[in-house]
Amino acid sequence: SCDFYVSPARRSSGFRATTIMAVEFDGGVVIGADSRTTTGAYIANRVTDKLTPIHDRIFCCRSGSAADTQAIADAVSYQLGFHSIELDEPPLVQTAANLFKQMCYRYREELMAGIIVAGWDKRRGGQVYTVPMGGMLVRQPVSVGGSGSSYIYGFIDSKYKSGMTKEECLRFTADALALAMERDGSSGGVVRLAAITESGLERSVILGNQLPTFFSA
Amino acid sequence: MAAVSVCRPQCGGFSFENCKRNTLLEANVAKLGCSLPPARKTGTTICGVVYKDGVVLGADTRATEGMVVADKNCSKIHYISPNIYCCGAGTAADTEMTTQLISSNLELHSLSTNRLPRVATANRMLKQMLFRYQGYIGAALVLGGVDCNGPHLYSIYPHGSTDKLPYVTMGSGSLAAMAVFEDRFKPNMEEEEAKQLVRDAIAAGIFNDLGSGSNIDLCVITKGKVDYLRPHDEANKKGVRLEEHVGAAETGDYKYKHGTTGVLTKQVTTLQLEVMDESVQTMDTS
Repeated sequence: SCDFYVSPARRSSGFRATTIMAVEFDGGVVIGADSRTTTGAYIANRVTDKLTPIHDRIFCCRSGSAADTQAIADAVSYQLGFHSIELDEPPLVQTAANLFKQMCYRYREELMAGIIVAGWDKRRGGQVYTVPMGGMLVRQPVSVGGSGSSYIYGFIDSKYKSGMTKEECLRFTADALALAMERDGSSGGVVRLAAITESGLERSVILGNQLPTFFSA
Repeated sequence: MAAVSVCRPQCGGFSFENCKRNTLLEANVAKLGCSLPPARKTGTTICGVVYKDGVVLGADTRATEGMVVADKNCSKIHYISPNIYCCGAGTAADTEMTTQLISSNLELHSLSTNRLPRVATANRMLKQMLFRYQGYIGAALVLGGVDCNGPHLYSIYPHGSTDKLPYVTMGSGSLAAMAVFEDRFKPNMEEEEAKQLVRDAIAAGIFNDLGSGSNIDLCVITKGKVDYLRPHDEANKKGVRLEEHVGAAETGDYKYKHGTTGVLTKQVTTLQLEVMDESVQTMDTS
């Protein structure tokens, strides 16, 4: 088939091709994702929540195999929770990102997981780390992932500017995801957004008929 | 990870490509000198719905072994704990053993915590076990129950991914059942409405999917009460053979009364037999 990240063995269960995105701003991060989980051509879940809390102020965006990413996220949130209790302090986003990297790199042959870790901590403020398939770890001010990301690299490169406010980041993310969902068959449903700052978490949903619209032939 | 072979763009939904070929074959069966193959049946329809007071789980009752129905009335809704039940699709042995294992572990856990088990706990145990076996345990489950946090419904795939949703379907008849749900589901339905919806969804699977059949089982779970309705609806009752000639009730007897068939002519021919030799052979009874 034409799917980019599919291997036949993965097809039978909830496999996800996706669009996920995260943007840093001064004081926090904005993360977003579409909501489609597919098994082959059937949409198994059209309202998936791919933005998973790992800790109070740390989230991860999941793309790739649903089973693998759920298992990894569960394992990392356990490890991070334990670490945070030992420290008696909220954990660093970099720590969470490294835990993801260690797991994704060690089991790189067995796993199919592209993860973006984003959150806020006291030391470095809002941070976005990307852990693509293979287990690389790199910090980026803006990061996209999943099969739908290919369609929006140009949009991201042209529209991103540093020093955006939270509202600008939210609009930027919503626009980018809407464009990707329009073009990528494996992405769709609703747009889930979250803004993570020191004071807390604001989650929102943009339903299908409320998505930003662009030129369509 | 890219596929090396030339690929065709994947179109979604149902594929009707074989319909033209099938009509052509049906028309020319006699000429081709072959017979149409019988329908091959594999699979299941299971589903669940969250309503105002709890969850309703539903399942068909056909178990197939290749092309043969192995069990016309098998039970696909498995007990996990007094407040949690689980429907299973896929390999029957896998769903049976997996649910029994988790049920046993959950009972021990419940005794240890001195609390009624939670659906999320059962979900965690099931997904971690299925992920550990990397999809080789072919169990696709619909897990539902009511605990201290209210009613919950999960769908669990063989590779270990789970989705928490207000309505789910699994099995080969899942598309037919999901069509019914997407049309008529509303949040906070009444019990009768929810039962009717699940019944109709399973019926859609039974009558439109070759892999599902027989009766409809329902399981209604509310806080403090479980109604295991088996069968809830005998959608496929076996026909009664009518023996008008032998009276009202059927006896399974193939005898017909004299005069059923009209006799036109009668001809008796005696056979000329001569006794040649008469001997007795004793049986060896030692």
